[in-house]
Amino acid sequence: METLKREVEKEIAEKSIRITGAEAVIKCLLAEGVNLAYGYPGGAIMPVYDEIYKYQDQFHHVLTRHEQGAIHAAQGFARVSGKVGMVFATSGPGATNLVTGIADAQIDSTPLVCITGQVGSHLLGSDAFQETDIIGISTPVTKWNYQITKASEIPEIIAKAFYIAKSGRPGPVLIDITKDAQFGELDFLYKKCEKVRSYRAVPILNIDKVKEAAALINSAKKPFIVWGQGVILGKAEQEFKKFIEKTNIPSACTGLGLSALETAHPLHVGMVGMHGNYAPNVLTNSCDVLIAIGMRFDDRVTGNLATYAKQAKVIHFDIDPAEVDKNVKTDIAVIADVKESLAEIMQFVNKADHKEWMQEFNKLYDVELKAVINDQLNPTKEGLTMGEVISGINKETNGDAIMVSDVGQHQMFAWRYANFKKTRSNVTSGGLGTMGFALPAAIGAKMGAPEREVVAIIGDGGYQMTCNELGTILQTKAAVKIVVLNNSYLGMVRQWQELFFDKRYASTEMVSPNFVKLAEAYDIEAVRVSKREDLAGAIKTMIASKEAFFLEVVIEQEDNVFPMIPTGASVSDIRLS
Amino acid sequence: MEENKNFTISVYTENNIGILNRLSAIFLKRHINIESMTVSKSEIDRVHRFTFVVIVPETLIRKVVLQLEKQIEVIGAFYHTEDEIIYHETALFKISSEHLYDEQIQDKMKFRRAHIISINERWFVIEASGLKEDIDRMYDKLKPYGLLQFVRSGRIAITKPKMAISELLAEIN
Repeated sequence: METLKREVEKEIAEKSIRITGAEAVIKCLLAEGVNLAYGYPGGAIMPVYDEIYKYQDQFHHVLTRHEQGAIHAAQGFARVSGKVGMVFATSGPGATNLVTGIADAQIDSTPLVCITGQVGSHLLGSDAFQETDIIGISTPVTKWNYQITKASEIPEIIAKAFYIAKSGRPGPVLIDITKDAQFGELDFLYKKCEKVRSYRAVPILNIDKVKEAAALINSAKKPFIVWGQGVILGKAEQEFKKFIEKTNIPSACTGLGLSALETAHPLHVGMVGMHGNYAPNVLTNSCDVLIAIGMRFDDRVTGNLATYAKQAKVIHFDIDPAEVDKNVKTDIAVIADVKESLAEIMQFVNKADHKEWMQEFNKLYDVELKAVINDQLNPTKEGLTMGEVISGINKETNGDAIMVSDVGQHQMFAWRYANFKKTRSNVTSGGLGTMGFALPAAIGAKMGAPEREVVAIIGDGGYQMTCNELGTILQTKAAVKIVVLNNSYLGMVRQWQELFFDKRYASTEMVSPNFVKLAEAYDIEAVRVSKREDLAGAIKTMIASKEAFFLEVVIEQEDNVFPMIPTGASVSDIRLS
Repeated sequence: MEENKNFTISVYTENNIGILNRLSAIFLKRHINIESMTVSKSEIDRVHRFTFVVIVPETLIRKVVLQLEKQIEVIGAFYHTEDEIIYHETALFKISSEHLYDEQIQDKMKFRRAHIISINERWFVIEASGLKEDIDRMYDKLKPYGLLQFVRSGRIAITKPKMAISELLAEIN
């Protein structure tokens, strides 16, 4: 140990350079391959911003209009690029404004590193100006957090932050740096972190479990796969596809699993969950083996647990041991990196053909088609539907677009009807359900995948939570396409009020400003559509535009999302109307 | 409803600032009351050990321990039933010296592992250690003398089954 310490000290003495903590922060980020961050300056983070200014030829900073916008943008960037999203904020309100985004990233496993400024270490705990205990506040919603009070800690801690954020099951890390640590000097030498002694990023695959799982899959008559975002986070899309194509198992996804497999794939039987498809929800309670891959049995997926897949044996593939048996008792757990476990299982699973079983899915799809989908996609009523807008966007973008959705009815329509062809195309706030997510996330998504079309689908409610970020679009020229589906209600809450609260519409009616004028005030071309005959043309114009574009579509006011599993009901009691 | 049981949780962690907050947040999130808690160094250099006692159903304790284990700076987390551990608590009783020569109190002191650790003309302090029940009994006996102060430590526990922390550390590294 001592020799090692001496060697490190010797290396630092020989190769290091003397710089300030603030400059070290930027040098660490560059060493991690990060040259883009979102943020908002303020007193306690000014030394770092001064270095951002000096390094502007190598390091790009996007000034958002609120720290929440910054962190959602970083989330959007991370979700489409698979890289770590980077955020800066100052102490106090700057830091607390990040909390919603941190919680969102934690529950949706999005890799982020947030650096907040903090008051000088001599002031800690004194209720100094803009002091807040962001370590205490962020602890329950971060994968890891740490407060740096000495400049010399910076390289090691930032290296550790990146390693922790992106390894294993990803998540947000917050590093709080006191102002004196930013001003202080250190002998800088950067070494990437490759392990943390108390943390096993990826569990070791137990091949016996793989064999057991394969045997159960081989013996199944009615196997059914539900996959989640783990397939995307594990970069296991190809392994997943090979696995289902060999075994011919009908496969459904969770909301966050969308786009890991192309929507049109013959084995893709839709989405499970509260507003998912009819067939996979109903047949969850008919399958004999349920194979969960990189998903966590969220209550919005399972409905009432007491009646969820009770007839089935359950196999759970996940990287996080804490997810196994958390909500649904599993018979076989394969705890490992899903890319590795799916590759391994290929040699043990037999080729199979589940034609008759697949027919059951097809039959129920037809039921949903007649009862729900046709009315949405080819409506005969006068008012426009959200489904036909999504369908119009599919046509115009050829399914190549990244769909960024906010939270509410429009989100469910986007998830249900978007036609995905490429992975990492569904950017949305799933676990936390953060209204206001989509606009800033779309800005980040565009920067994370500049070659791709990015369409934000937002409701009139969520849009007004973060529409200040139009200013960020004005300043950065991010060419995002913004679609506001305006039904003049907080539609999802109104739907519940209609169904479960005898239509008492408590505070869900929403009066909105002239959205077109608002967009135009930010120099964004804007169109409002209220008639069906104008919709296709407006979408065409929007997609053809090389710049940011705003499209408001006036939607039938009291349209509902169906199918629906009411809270507490079983997945197989999903309602079609 | 599954029955609530006493569980002792041992958590081996790095000795860093803020870990207590991170661990207690997991109990808070699940609305679990911590009956007792002790923190100390462990048998391994630079590794700290938390000992919690909680009263919950077994299916819940399993999930909680996995969540504790998941924290980056936690090396290992384990739960044990009462018969898997050897455990101990210590209590201090401060009593007015007027009772010092009371024969009855001396009788009550005959309880095993109780002795006077400090005396002056105004008060004396009895230290007692043992199981929670032993200390509860002692408390009931001494209460009539008017306790000037009473304090009891959290549980410390050694487990009968092995907790292979050194092996765990070696395996990760």
